[in-house]
Amino acid sequence: MPNISYAAALNLALAEAMREDPKVILLGEDIGPLGGIFTVTEGLLEEFGLDRVRETPLSEAGFMGCGIGLALCGWRPVVEIMFSDFLTMCMDQLCNQAAKLRYMSGGQASVPLTVRAPIGARNSAAAQHSQSPQAWFAHTPGLRVVLPATPANALGLLASAIECDDPVVVLEHKLLYQEEGPVPSGRHRVPLGKAEVKREGTDLTLISCSRMTQVALVAAEELTSQGVAAEVVDLRSLVPLDRETILESVARTRRAVVVDEGAIDYGITAEIAALISAELFGELLAPVGRVGALATPVPFSPPLEKTVIPQVEDVIAAVLKCVPDSPAR
Amino acid sequence: MQYLPSYRKMLLILRFEERVAELQRTGQVPGFAHLYWGQEAIAVGICHWLRPEDYVLSTHRGHGHCLAKGAEPGRVLAEIMGRSDGYCRGKGGSMHVAAFDQGILGANGIVAASLPIATGVALSNRLEGNGRVAVAFFGDAAVEEGPFHESLNLASLWDLPLLFVCEDNQYAISVTVDKRQGGKGAAAIAQAHGLESRKVDGNDVVAMLDASQWAVARARECSPVLLECATIRWGGHHSAQPTRRYRSTEELEATQAACPIARLEKRLIAEGEATMEELAEINTEIVAQVDEAERFARQSPFPKPDEATQDVYAAQEGGG
Ligand SMILES: Cc1ncc(C[n+]2csc(CCOP(=O)(O)OP(=O)(O)O)c2C)c(N)n1
Ligand SMILES: [Mg+2]
Repeated sequence: MPNISYAAALNLALAEAMREDPKVILLGEDIGPLGGIFTVTEGLLEEFGLDRVRETPLSEAGFMGCGIGLALCGWRPVVEIMFSDFLTMCMDQLCNQAAKLRYMSGGQASVPLTVRAPIGARNSAAAQHSQSPQAWFAHTPGLRVVLPATPANALGLLASAIECDDPVVVLEHKLLYQEEGPVPSGRHRVPLGKAEVKREGTDLTLISCSRMTQVALVAAEELTSQGVAAEVVDLRSLVPLDRETILESVARTRRAVVVDEGAIDYGITAEIAALISAELFGELLAPVGRVGALATPVPFSPPLEKTVIPQVEDVIAAVLKCVPDSPAR
Repeated sequence: MQYLPSYRKMLLILRFEERVAELQRTGQVPGFAHLYWGQEAIAVGICHWLRPEDYVLSTHRGHGHCLAKGAEPGRVLAEIMGRSDGYCRGKGGSMHVAAFDQGILGANGIVAASLPIATGVALSNRLEGNGRVAVAFFGDAAVEEGPFHESLNLASLWDLPLLFVCEDNQYAISVTVDKRQGGKGAAAIAQAHGLESRKVDGNDVVAMLDASQWAVARARECSPVLLECATIRWGGHHSAQPTRRYRSTEELEATQAACPIARLEKRLIAEGEATMEELAEINTEIVAQVDEAERFARQSPFPKPDEATQDVYAAQEGGG
């Protein structure tokens, strides 16, 4: 298993999909000679040419709609939105058009569109370049939403997204692009809707996605010194959600903390906490814990940014609240 | 040129819309129905030059586009009545009729939203070199929306086989265009984006046929164009909307006087292409066709409740 970066894994998924299927076509800003501002499309213009690596004007609604029209005609477009914050510019195309066309047309339309966009706070990018808007899209019936946390999942989820006959929103974390990890050599797919147990444990289940899975893994490691064995479930997909894996794990550990980088109010953690509470109420030894970004815009100044975005310490504190009888306390 | 085929098509749209209005009054049509009556010459003029494999993207006021492009009246009406034999099995209704087998990729409930999608359809045509065109119909208010401008720019930049058809009926619900736009209208804006454009009397099917022949041919050569068609909306914004707060009786009477069907009728008689008797016969045939559509729609069952959860996602391995 070679070690490559998350950005290189995404690049590999795109290149392999384009080699395999001539109907895969890319649209986005600066995706040509520059290779995208996070280098994900590096080298693709040279290999696949201007027709299939289409640099667009700054028209997010225009080229998102263009992707939808291509998809209706049997193409498999991959649309890159430079920052997920800019998805607001094409909310109508994504949420009113792409998400609903199959349904509104009674199954006549198919929209095999993939939308890639970076999320997350990184390096004081401030309130309009730092959001984690996964809940917006997970709340829109008709869209699928996936968030890779590792290079292997970046490769496997993007490959599956491109092959999926529905619109899939692939949210990539800016702080993960340069992180390296092993990826399987040869064909690799991660099915949409399957979570992954990243670490086994018996006392509590940490449930997370994207970069927060890395944060949860660090927290779980530190918690061993306090006598807590935490299991870590990486959701990978929000839609469809792997309810089975979540509930199977929490049924064993009987405690859960859900972690997500989106603003906490009305977010991903609330949905999953509600699921666990509804299904396992009688089994739980503590209320389900939730860790998310404070319900503020993401601030600019570094100490403020750190305050708002969940940190390892926040996860540890939430876990210890659920495990009051851990030997270290 | 023979105009009788266009006469038939326009009359079908008018009689169909009259029936929709009547069915709405008697509670058979749920929701809104934005009627195309009075604007028939535009859809009929454009679609005359389209091939079955060409694509049309439509608006909230889309029944006429569907019928002109070749959709079956019975299945359109069944959709408008929320029945399971509707094109969309009752999931879309009046504002979302789509008939993919006829190249009708959908009406749209969001003003200007179909224009960006049309650029993608046209780009597909261009990349495949299949010789097809895409036509995006939209109202005068779409010109005020961002996606209109974004789409014109994309079409111009990428030389797309795309025809933009602005149906300027002067109104967005209750507000006239002079209270909404500071510029010189769609045709002038199109030229600023590098497209060719023409203004045409959209209530004169002869003028529409002429302009459309040029426009469709240009689009087919991958030279995107825009037609600005002046027309008049009959009555309210949708069939159940009263107009007394913003339209005078005189204005409403004048709209009927501009009826493109009545205009063509005069010409057909004057030029000897048809007699009054022949036109009356055509009318009888078309009324029978609409009767048949209504019969088909009425006998179609409503969808079953479990269909509500179907077609949200593709049925697929690894799906949810
Ligand atoms: C984006 C958006 N804004 C507002 C509306 C509500 N609305 C529906 S039709 C309409 C008027 C549209 O006018 P025009 O585009 O000229 O079409 P017409 O109804 O005259 O055919 C409005 C305001 C909408 N459906 N979509
Ligand atoms: Mg109008």
